[in-house]
Amino acid sequence: MGSRLSANQQLMLQRSLGYLAMAFVVALIGLPLFWMLSGSLKTNQEIYSTTIQWIPDNPLWSNYREAWERAPFGRFYLNSIIVTLFGAGLEIVNATLTAYALAYLRFPGKNFIFILILAALMIPNQVTILPNYVFFGINGFIGSVLGESWINTYQAIILPGASVAFGTFLMRQAFLGLPREVIDAAKVDGAGHLRILLDVVVPMAKPVIVTFALISLVAKWNDYLWPLVITQTENMRVLTIGISYLFDAEGNNEWGIIMAATFFVVFPLLVVFLFAQRYIIDGLTAGATKG
Amino acid sequence: MAGSGKSAVATIDGQPIEVATPRRNWNIFSREWVLFILFVGPNLLLFTAFSYWPMIENVRLSTQRWDLLSPVRINVGLDNFRYLVENDTFHKVLWNTLYFTFAAVGLSLALGLMVALLLNQRLRWRNGARAIVFAPFMLSGAAIGIVWAYIFDPRFGLLAEMLGWVGLRSPDWLNRPEWAMPAIIIVYVWKNLGFTTVIFLAGLQSIPQDLYDAAKIDGANVFWRFRSVTLPMLSPIAFFLVVTSILSTFQSFDIINVMTRGGPVDATNTLIYYVYEQGFVAFNAGRSAAAALVLFTMMMVITLIQLRYSESKVHYG
Repeated sequence: MGSRLSANQQLMLQRSLGYLAMAFVVALIGLPLFWMLSGSLKTNQEIYSTTIQWIPDNPLWSNYREAWERAPFGRFYLNSIIVTLFGAGLEIVNATLTAYALAYLRFPGKNFIFILILAALMIPNQVTILPNYVFFGINGFIGSVLGESWINTYQAIILPGASVAFGTFLMRQAFLGLPREVIDAAKVDGAGHLRILLDVVVPMAKPVIVTFALISLVAKWNDYLWPLVITQTENMRVLTIGISYLFDAEGNNEWGIIMAATFFVVFPLLVVFLFAQRYIIDGLTAGATKG
Repeated sequence: MAGSGKSAVATIDGQPIEVATPRRNWNIFSREWVLFILFVGPNLLLFTAFSYWPMIENVRLSTQRWDLLSPVRINVGLDNFRYLVENDTFHKVLWNTLYFTFAAVGLSLALGLMVALLLNQRLRWRNGARAIVFAPFMLSGAAIGIVWAYIFDPRFGLLAEMLGWVGLRSPDWLNRPEWAMPAIIIVYVWKNLGFTTVIFLAGLQSIPQDLYDAAKIDGANVFWRFRSVTLPMLSPIAFFLVVTSILSTFQSFDIINVMTRGGPVDATNTLIYYVYEQGFVAFNAGRSAAAALVLFTMMMVITLIQLRYSESKVHYG
């Protein structure tokens, strides 16, 4: 095919096709996000027109205020922030401590415990929602011990997701890869395990910890099924559930206001993404190529 | 080591000197096994309470009839499983799950590989492009589902207008049984393409250049190099992606719940949705638990296959 073209021309053609394909892919992935943003600033008239309006004539910022007032988004935000920070925080602490113990402390049957933790990866939360829901209810363990139900509480949203298998695995690998001499040197200096963990291991393994922290934060923020099940009152809903209050799956939607509301959910993630996407990608690929 | 409080004495030129005298530490936390229990205990306790024990409890629930409210649970033996085996809706649910999984996983992998091959070329701005392709993977499925419901709107949605350019009429995607599942698949693939792309890219970048050089010397053209070098070198990563993607589609709930609630007429009712619906909409704890057990078994089988494979890979490599 390219026999009549010079090598240079052929390379140019190849490059151009590459850029064209890249533009196409970026458009395909980016368009829905753009559509959300532009929709969130449109008047009803612009939304219900039969020609595509890419950019609204006069951005209607009041859609955001309107959305904020239609449902208790302030409360949803607060709930999401609490659940995300505590959930991710507990995961990070649990993963770090467990990984340290598995990597550096002697204990009979340590390998069995490691396998026990890894095996939990096979039991995703989605499979255990019903028993866990019962656990927190008045008929369940919490009800029988405390005499009250924990449904609609923060601790019930947070606790089932506070244990970590993936992060423990990731960090144990990282800890084992640290130079042994540094840790031995700290020991010779008389440092106890807590000191070694906080002053030596955590600073050295910082990239892995940050990566896992980011993955955990994003996962907690986006969590949907468990918060949906374990909360029933409006004031305990998190953002991902809360946006549905404006959205009617049967139709009759004021898309401008709804798009503004979905932006509330997506906005913090886009910020995290802008600053930390490389960390997250590194963490995910490490799981794939080393696992 | 810790707790051995004898002062060590060495001599130099006959003069005894003291070296590194570990202070006898009576602090209980210096005992390694106590520390181990303190460090691992919380994690293990949470796993026991919210993963292992519920698994057993789930088996028990699957043999009962219970509406989640009444103090009495009735033992029904295997009735819930019998119900599932005979029930037409559940057959449909299984079919939907397979349909969704095959299509979503197949498309995510095929398109992800194509995009990864593209972004592996030496093009300017490819890191920016990679970032944009990856972005949807991080976003909330619930929010994304709502955005796509707007795009799929048959009268005023983006897709309807674009189809109009080429003279096509948009189907009423989310309200037609034959179109609802394709719509869900499109959204899932759009959201997960970034993940498969990024993983494939990492795989492509880890292939040693010498292999391509050697193939070139042997006279292999672009397609032959792809077949004889790229594909075989990528196969472990592709396998990893197949497994993780299957497991992720099995658990994919937010998009479906937001966009279609399993409908219309159960057209998008997948196993995970069925577990939720039976438990928390129909208040049929036994059937929900039985279906959850089916889901768990399917996931377990796939995970075990993966473990087998990665073990054999270790021997091979």
